[in-house]
Amino acid sequence: MNLKRTILAFAAAGALAGALATPAAHAAEQVTPPRQSWSFSGPFGKYDPAQLQRGFKVYKEVCAACHSMNLLRFRNLAEPGGPEFSLAQAAAVAAEYKIKDGPNEQGEMFERDGRIADAFPAPFPNDAAARAANGGVLPPDMSVIAKARTYERGFPWFVLDMFTQYQEQGPDYLTALMLGYREKPADFTMPSPTMQYNMYFPGHAIGMPPPLSNDRVTYDDGAPQTLEQYSKDVSAFLMWIAEPHLVARKRLGFQVMIFLIVFAGLLYFTKKKVWHAVDLEPGAVEKKA
Amino acid sequence: MTTMSSAGHTRRDFLYVATGAVAATGAAATLIPLIAQMNPDASTIAAGAPIEVDLGPIAEGQVIKVFWRGKPIFINHRTKKQIEEAQNVNLASLPDPQPDSARVKEGHAQWQVLIGICTHLGCIPIAHQGTYDGYFCPCHGSVYDTSGRIRSGPAPLNLLLPPYEFVSDTRIQIG
Amino acid sequence: MSGHSLYQPQSPFMKWMERRLPIAGLIHSSFVVYPTPRNLNYWWTFGGILTFMLGVQIITGIVLAMHYTPHVDYAFNSVEHIMRDVNYGWLLRYLHANGAAMFFLAAYVHMFRGMYYGSYKEPREVLWILGVILLLLIIATGFMGYVLPWGQMSFWAATVITNLFSAIPLVGEPIVSWLWGGYAVGNPTLNRFYSLHYLLPFVIAGVVVLHIWALHVAGQNNPTGVEPRRDTDTVPFTPYATIKDSFLMIVFCILFAWFVFYMPNYLGHADNYIPANPAVTPTHIVPEWYYLPFYAILRAIPNKLMGVVALGASIVILAFLPWLDTSKVRSARYRPLYRQFFWVFVVVCVGLGWLGSKPAEGGYVIAARILTLYYFAHFLIVLPLLGLFEKTKPLPNSITESVLHGDVPLGASAPPPVKT
Repeated sequence: MNLKRTILAFAAAGALAGALATPAAHAAEQVTPPRQSWSFSGPFGKYDPAQLQRGFKVYKEVCAACHSMNLLRFRNLAEPGGPEFSLAQAAAVAAEYKIKDGPNEQGEMFERDGRIADAFPAPFPNDAAARAANGGVLPPDMSVIAKARTYERGFPWFVLDMFTQYQEQGPDYLTALMLGYREKPADFTMPSPTMQYNMYFPGHAIGMPPPLSNDRVTYDDGAPQTLEQYSKDVSAFLMWIAEPHLVARKRLGFQVMIFLIVFAGLLYFTKKKVWHAVDLEPGAVEKKA
Repeated sequence: MTTMSSAGHTRRDFLYVATGAVAATGAAATLIPLIAQMNPDASTIAAGAPIEVDLGPIAEGQVIKVFWRGKPIFINHRTKKQIEEAQNVNLASLPDPQPDSARVKEGHAQWQVLIGICTHLGCIPIAHQGTYDGYFCPCHGSVYDTSGRIRSGPAPLNLLLPPYEFVSDTRIQIG
Repeated sequence: MSGHSLYQPQSPFMKWMERRLPIAGLIHSSFVVYPTPRNLNYWWTFGGILTFMLGVQIITGIVLAMHYTPHVDYAFNSVEHIMRDVNYGWLLRYLHANGAAMFFLAAYVHMFRGMYYGSYKEPREVLWILGVILLLLIIATGFMGYVLPWGQMSFWAATVITNLFSAIPLVGEPIVSWLWGGYAVGNPTLNRFYSLHYLLPFVIAGVVVLHIWALHVAGQNNPTGVEPRRDTDTVPFTPYATIKDSFLMIVFCILFAWFVFYMPNYLGHADNYIPANPAVTPTHIVPEWYYLPFYAILRAIPNKLMGVVALGASIVILAFLPWLDTSKVRSARYRPLYRQFFWVFVVVCVGLGWLGSKPAEGGYVIAARILTLYYFAHFLIVLPLLGLFEKTKPLPNSITESVLHGDVPLGASAPPPVKT
């Protein structure tokens, strides 16, 4: 009876919430990106190394022209649970880059070939230079962008997400952003002529011109060279650099869950045994003097 | 309810033992990440990769210091006199007997590469000091010869050798 | 305390020790033979869960401090270094971040349990007030910990919360720049927050000791609210309470692990993965979920000073609960009206939490004002009056009697009056 009342109270609160949510124009600002299916979603999700390798190629040949990726080291490319390049391949990628090092004995900075311990060099020496080269807009660093971008799920979805483990808002948004360039609607005023209209970008006016198009990057593994495929691959790659230990995390999580459930079961039966006498008959517990 | 069957006892005891064993396993497993986190992390390990050193600029009689894995590596371009002194020592008189040939690479006797850390308690010895024109540790007075072998003082062992190889006549790779 | 038997050391060493430092005897009387009411339900296990979570937070925190750098230029990247390079660093950081949320969850359950069963009433007022002090301390600790990753939310949370003090008349501004150690939130602020974030958990642990001490002096309350009178009303702490607490603690760990391993960022905010930028405020700043009800109260008041006062009052008022509740009956089980108001209060708190996450505009503000008003009315009007007018149900003569005549589950109606 009491439970029913509680449920009723919550239902009333929910109805109130729903009624309140409608007048808020705030939520309409961002268009909800479509859900994609990801190999790394769910409790047993894993990155697809082939997809990450393709995504890396897209990043390297397109995104890297403007976007830095400061937290990624070349060695990460060969680590388990990632694109799983061989160590030699990672070293070869590193060697393609020139890294500023020094000072040498003469006190001068010099450039040397990249090593696997190095971070990916940024395309611009500093934020001001990046702004100057990009019409005053700073291309954000890509290292954790897949975790730094999201969209509002709203009630009741955010409650359900707790159970369904939906947490790929970041890559869903990034994919949608790549695919979201449209002709500007007639009634929309662009704040600057260098900007583009993107239906998924908050506020719609984005500084980045459409970065990808069909056949822009050559895939070696026969995957379709389409805008859509590129978008998904590079989003998956960005998710990996934001959360490089996701595969290990979910694997360990499964082991921990099994352990905890077994342990809880044992404790439950132990508790029943211990309390057996007390539950059966009051005063059955002998008191220590 | 006054007597309990022995079967009940066994089952209860098994349950208690099993629960205790699972608890102990969990506690032990929890320690793994807490201990492992103090081991060198991935960036430290990657930064400890082998380094290459160009020996060309090192003059005869000069000792240079480079760092590999946070350790000072002494590279000594030994003179003829130093090499002879190092080779003509009565091994039996040494605290840690080792011929000079075992402490240099074959055919490169003029290049002495050492980890410059005193084997006593980790101080850095000073080159070209001490009775043997080798190394002298200022902390507790250990004296090493031009081959880096301990001759007197509290240090128990000769200066250690880092793993290294000659990639050419004038370049070595340490590590 | 009736059940406090003298510890009888067995081995010669323990006998020797007991005459010099009777620590084994203290543990024995506090955690082994200590009599606990036999009818405690699972809501009583959250004190143990909180102690466990404090331990988890202290251990993971000490470990994280070994790798973290409290400097504005390095803080964000040192956290990412922990996530990427340190062995099991991702696990330790996610345990600590989600552990804070679990800590608050357990604390709120613990508090609502105390409210439902009237655990704050005579002679447990000091025990309850120590609990309110603990709440203030964990709020402060959690807030300063949230600043440490130095993301956008960290920086702007630090700015907004320290600015609360600027509402104080006359000395507000000097206090704020004293808190900052500068003219804005910056490196000195981060450094002192780090120092205090490391210190406060040990203060919390000290107050927890007082809290448990006070508990063991007054004895535990129980679902009937009737004090134990006979030996059959209680059971020894070990093994009965220990095993019960352990079981629910592991069940709680399953929930904890669900977030840590499967949705580690669900309870956080995406903007905190953007490095702090003093030039740009995020469009929609919100605190972590466990501060949302208080945040909603702050924003509900249109006046700056009054908003801050309401925020503070919403917590401080809890300390006066033992005197605001005028009813002689402890447990809501025997207070049919209070029980309904209690659930309304829970819904109001949840509602305030939800409103705290919404932008401060339109209908949200109006709703937040109504709920804020109700929040205070619950303490200032409902509870004092209810004690005077409510017709309570007859209490059982003892815990044993209540158990004998069928223990009723939490929240269900009381058993019919027993004829004796």
